[in-house]
Amino acid sequence: MPEAYIYDHVRSPRGKGRPNGALHEITPIELTTQVLKALRDRNELDTRLLDDVVLGCVTPVGEQGANIARVAAINAGYAQSVPGTQLNRFCASGLEAVNSAAAQVMSGMSDLVIGGGVESMSRVPMGSDGGAWGTDPWVAYHTYFAPQGIGADLIATKYGFSREDVDAYAVESQRRAARAWKKGWFKHSVMPVKDSLGMTVLDHDEHMRPDTTMDDLAMLKPAFVMPGEIGFDSVALQRYPEVERINHVHTGGNSSGIVDGAAGVLVGSKKIGRKLGIKPRARIVGFASIGSEPTIMLTGPAPSAQKVLKRCRMSKKDIDLFELNEAFASVVLRFMQQLDIPHDDINVNGGAIAMGHPLGATGAMVLGTVLDELERRDRATALVNLCVGAGMGTATIIERI
Amino acid sequence: MFATIDYQKDAEGIVTLTIDLKDRSMNVLTPQFVSELSQAIEQVAGDDTVKGAIITSGKDSFLAGADLKGLDEMFVAATDDVAAALEKASSFSLILRRMETCGKPFAAAINGMALGGGLEIALACHYRVAGDNARAVLGLPEVQVGLLPGAGGTQRLPRLIGLEASLPLMLQGKHVAPAKAAELGIVHKLVPAGEEVAAARAWLKDSPDAEQPWDKQGFKVPGGAGAMHPKAVQTFMVGTAMLAKEARHNYPAPISIMASVFEGTIVPMDTALKIEARYFTGLLRDPVSHNMVRTLFVNKQKADKLAYRAADVPRLEVNRLGILGAGMMGAGIAYVSAMAGQQVVLLDTDQAAAEKGKGYSEGLLAKGVERGKMAESKATEILARIHPTVSYDELEGCDLVIEAVFENREIKADVTAKAERVLGEQAIFASNTSTLPISGLAQASRRPERFIGLHFFSPVDKMPLVEVIVGDKTSEATVAQALDYVAAIRKTPIVVNDSRGFYTSRVFGTYTNEGIAMLAEGVNPALIENAAKFAGMAVGPLAVTDEVTLDLAWKVASQTRKDMGDKYEASVGEPVIRKFVEELDRKGKRFGKGFYDYPADAPKHLWPGLAEVYPHAEAQPDADEVTQRLLYIQALETARCLEEGVITRAEDGDIGSIFGWGFPPYTGGTLSFIDTIGIRKFVKECERLARRHGKRFRPSKWLKDRAKRGEPFYASGAKS
Repeated sequence: MPEAYIYDHVRSPRGKGRPNGALHEITPIELTTQVLKALRDRNELDTRLLDDVVLGCVTPVGEQGANIARVAAINAGYAQSVPGTQLNRFCASGLEAVNSAAAQVMSGMSDLVIGGGVESMSRVPMGSDGGAWGTDPWVAYHTYFAPQGIGADLIATKYGFSREDVDAYAVESQRRAARAWKKGWFKHSVMPVKDSLGMTVLDHDEHMRPDTTMDDLAMLKPAFVMPGEIGFDSVALQRYPEVERINHVHTGGNSSGIVDGAAGVLVGSKKIGRKLGIKPRARIVGFASIGSEPTIMLTGPAPSAQKVLKRCRMSKKDIDLFELNEAFASVVLRFMQQLDIPHDDINVNGGAIAMGHPLGATGAMVLGTVLDELERRDRATALVNLCVGAGMGTATIIERI
Repeated sequence: MFATIDYQKDAEGIVTLTIDLKDRSMNVLTPQFVSELSQAIEQVAGDDTVKGAIITSGKDSFLAGADLKGLDEMFVAATDDVAAALEKASSFSLILRRMETCGKPFAAAINGMALGGGLEIALACHYRVAGDNARAVLGLPEVQVGLLPGAGGTQRLPRLIGLEASLPLMLQGKHVAPAKAAELGIVHKLVPAGEEVAAARAWLKDSPDAEQPWDKQGFKVPGGAGAMHPKAVQTFMVGTAMLAKEARHNYPAPISIMASVFEGTIVPMDTALKIEARYFTGLLRDPVSHNMVRTLFVNKQKADKLAYRAADVPRLEVNRLGILGAGMMGAGIAYVSAMAGQQVVLLDTDQAAAEKGKGYSEGLLAKGVERGKMAESKATEILARIHPTVSYDELEGCDLVIEAVFENREIKADVTAKAERVLGEQAIFASNTSTLPISGLAQASRRPERFIGLHFFSPVDKMPLVEVIVGDKTSEATVAQALDYVAAIRKTPIVVNDSRGFYTSRVFGTYTNEGIAMLAEGVNPALIENAAKFAGMAVGPLAVTDEVTLDLAWKVASQTRKDMGDKYEASVGEPVIRKFVEELDRKGKRFGKGFYDYPADAPKHLWPGLAEVYPHAEAQPDADEVTQRLLYIQALETARCLEEGVITRAEDGDIGSIFGWGFPPYTGGTLSFIDTIGIRKFVKECERLARRHGKRFRPSKWLKDRAKRGEPFYASGAKS
């Protein structure tokens, strides 16, 4: 079986996902186009050699709809022969796109594929694509649909994380992200977004609040009390009757930020690298996705990590760094608790609580972040992981060459 | 020409269809009426000289909906072949669809109450006019009997007034007055009562449109609908969460209504009606609606009308009522009796206590006045009927005396003797005991044949049930006349024979006992409480024990132990109660702490110390197992009560369980619950539970024999 290698990765900075965010004026197709162009230009790619562009997007409607991957490839001036496809594994879409690219290479049916993703949350609001799970009453009722925030708070309640615990985690995420930015650890991979005149619109992650303190966070009101009272707490407890009541601990301050962004990862076989004269940076050892109980929704990371480790005949000890998307603080705390992972080994440069979570792109972003960090620390292996809507989990193991 | 509809065509070609079911006080949907309506529609449609038709009623109500007693047949028919069931369930809907598409304009002249199928007929008309009649209401109350409006209601109402206005009307089954209906757009025009037909005729003579708005090109549901409409999507998402919180997955009707509206409003009307008919058929085939109709409506109405009262006993009108003990129960009984027009002598050992008992009514009445539910003068008049006193002489002339003093044999004997000294020979003496056997208490009476138990539930003004307890010597006339009193105060009676705890307290005790037993086994208490609530019990077993207080539970157990001597067998929960009362000093809510803590500034929560006293077991049961234990033990004990003759009719068992202690209404009661499971399966499961959890789950030979015969408690409840 051919191996799949990561040759490069690029991401946009993350802009606040609001009308006053820096990237609000940039269309999602433009954001994606700039990422594709950067990958091409940095590697002096002959795009005729590309077999596919696979992009994740979670709200693929309107200007993000109708297969943004193919249209971005055309728009970026890629060879007409480059096809594109868009996929949706919710929050892990960006990672799933990379896994899918790797799978094409591993199968021997493709040599060179771009995996990545995009989400302009300021322009295409989360949830605006509808979907049966939340909105078809019969389905929602019989499958015990509840929004993610309820699941996050349920995890905190069930596994004993207090408001102080989740806030402390958030403060640390901010501190680590700020340090990494200050020391220039993200510099190599973040591509400034330009306007149509070629002037820089944004060159850093805009959502960060590096000076956040516990006191600041303590002032924020829990975000999911209202949906809980409307009925979703009851729905969740009907699935988890062993919990007396849900303690709502998550706020905007200890949950991932809503942001705009795009990212791409160049994946190929060893042979194509030689042909192009580019050096592989890491091997994609394996990947896996799982489904778990959908109402609590966000406990997929541990089983997906266990599944991929088993598939790759590895154990936790073989992993140098863990990277788990900070959708909500309790998700990471629960993963650390379950797999007994010290905080020093996970999300070492912060995560989505500080920098934001552009849904379709995040998976590719965190993969790139941890690869950069492996190189900086000169360590070998990392396990990248995201909790995923509707109870899924997607994980990938990479190993430096 | 028709038996249920008067068909009149006038010279101008306007037909008036006047619905009038001769043998009924109100028009309801019957098979004959439905069939005749269909024929009348065809006649209108096929007659070239007919310009249009008016549908109205010959009674002071328009049409009150389905005939609940006739529903039984529908439930049975619906269990047949699914295709046949669907066809049958759709037939009325198709007739109404034929009416609205036949090309002739129809106008509904709503001259009174139009509920359920009544309103659905009107909605299928092209024009609706309602009379501003104070007693008239319009609504789709089907959800209350576990059904949905199955003749186009879930489709036409949202198309008429939008999702947001129509969903609550259908999900809560609330009705509205004609003026409100006009404001909402349910009817086109509101006219003074009596002018409905004239207004309908005027519309027909003017320029009537025989095409419904939803059949016109480009029709859109007002306010939007569909899976892509942001506001509609929000309505459905939030609405579904709200109903899941309420229905807890026990009641299939609300979600079926929601789904029917969601799916139906995306497609054209003919397809929409098919979708609605499928959901409707699904509900007819589900046991919940059948169980609810049987117990909550048909049998409850029978009980309210004293269907089993001995006919030859003269009716007793209680003009003067004595109540001994002005505590919580006595005060509540005084209130409901005064409300029913009775003069009430409210007696206690000191005047202040008696006055305080009257104060309870004063508070309730003041609240009624404040909320505009009662005129001030009426409240004053009612309050004036309650006479607080310390003197037994005041009891003279009472038709009935109810004692509501402490659950102590000596005190009860004492007040019985004192009261009987002044009471007339024919007066009835009733005890509101909830635990002490009536025949024993009757020994203190000079005339035990006029001694009876009337067990009220707290709070009396809210709880609908009275358990009438017949002692060894209680005469049939006493029973009949006690029932007259219960009917007069508008409560629902069940008649039970004497036994420790009678019927309701005895069975209810098995529920709390089972919950407490699980706590002692190390089952997570949150799981016990939630499993009970999610199964539809009003309150968890631990919470309700706190409410009635552990202290009282311990006193009752101690009294029973004393009474029964060697024959006494402690319940599995008793050691826990002893521990909480005697060792932990956590005696219940009234004492500020029990199984729960009651912080002043936050909702109550389970006492964290529970986990130390009864550490959680390693292996926790799943919620279904907990639910099964809690519900089965109550059903099994009810069957024992029927076997022992404590209750003599299955319907009393069911009514008592729902209205007495809050057994889940969707089950239809404890015995309908067994029928729904199937008696054979029920007995088999009880045997399994007995092996696992103890002999209290062991079914008796009587029940096993019954299961062997496959004999359900209701003829139409056979499922096994």
